[in-house]
Amino acid sequence: MAQHQTVLTATDTPPKRKRMPRSRFQKQTPEASASDSAPEKESAVQVTDPAPEVKTQTPTLSRDAEILARAQAGDHHAFADLYSLHKRRIYSLCLRMVGNVAEAEDLTQEAFLQLHRKIATFRGDSAFSTWLHRLSINVVLMHLRKKGLPLMSLDEAMEPSYDDGPGRSFGAPDLSLTGSIDRLALERAVAALPAGYRLIFVLHDVEGFEHNEIASMLDCSVGNSKSQLHKARLKLRDALRLSLRKGDRR
Amino acid sequence: MTTDPKSMSCEQFQAQLSDLVGSGADVDNHPHIRECDICRQLYQELKIIAEAARQMFPDEQPEDNLWERIESAIKKEDGIAKAD
Repeated sequence: MAQHQTVLTATDTPPKRKRMPRSRFQKQTPEASASDSAPEKESAVQVTDPAPEVKTQTPTLSRDAEILARAQAGDHHAFADLYSLHKRRIYSLCLRMVGNVAEAEDLTQEAFLQLHRKIATFRGDSAFSTWLHRLSINVVLMHLRKKGLPLMSLDEAMEPSYDDGPGRSFGAPDLSLTGSIDRLALERAVAALPAGYRLIFVLHDVEGFEHNEIASMLDCSVGNSKSQLHKARLKLRDALRLSLRKGDRR
Repeated sequence: MTTDPKSMSCEQFQAQLSDLVGSGADVDNHPHIRECDICRQLYQELKIIAEAARQMFPDEQPEDNLWERIESAIKKEDGIAKAD
């Protein structure tokens, strides 16, 4: 994982939650003709267009859309270009969701293999990047299910646990988080979260999905998603406090 | 049944925190927050974490040889498809 030392400061007015995954995914207007289909039928993630999108009429296709169109037509070099365009985002998504470099690379490979199989079915009703993003999430979720992560029984995992209680950290008021968090410390803390907590934290707080979307993806209740997120944040808080404490000892 | 914010216990307030953190709601002026130092501190810290998560995690670069692996797997799949 890259070494990021930047210290970020939280603002008092957080940006409003986005409906779709982060807007860093550039909207494209590919002119494909095949019909869209869900990249992974087994998963609950629906790869459908959530809302009509305004398409810009331009005399020529953008370069990205042109690459996409050629890749859909079976041009291998164009598919390689697509990989180059999207590899960082897809790999980073996988890495955040599983917290392991080797697994993230395997999942990135699987996501692009899936893309290769299904790219002709992408019609262009939604941004290609959003479609690919959801396809990749499906790949990761399938992988986690195969690994035995109890995504289907999150409700059971929500049984009250005194270990996870919100008051656990109150005994250390002298080491509170102040308005800034070291990026490295947060990355480490997220990577160290239990898989289920990390998944929901990444999907909600990092990727910007709503609780109802997460509940649909993971086959759990909205309340469960909210509760898991709360516990994940509490665990991160504990980990960051511990990190601060260790820093103070140095 | 909704609880009067003024008479809310810490447990009741914390049960709502998952919704409140990052929602953009004016939680700083919540009656319970104004009275309870512990919940105020908890809320502020969770807000910092949620905010930091939104701003952090830049995209990472996969290993250079990953494309070679993917390309090899694609060729293998294509070969199997042609053989069929």
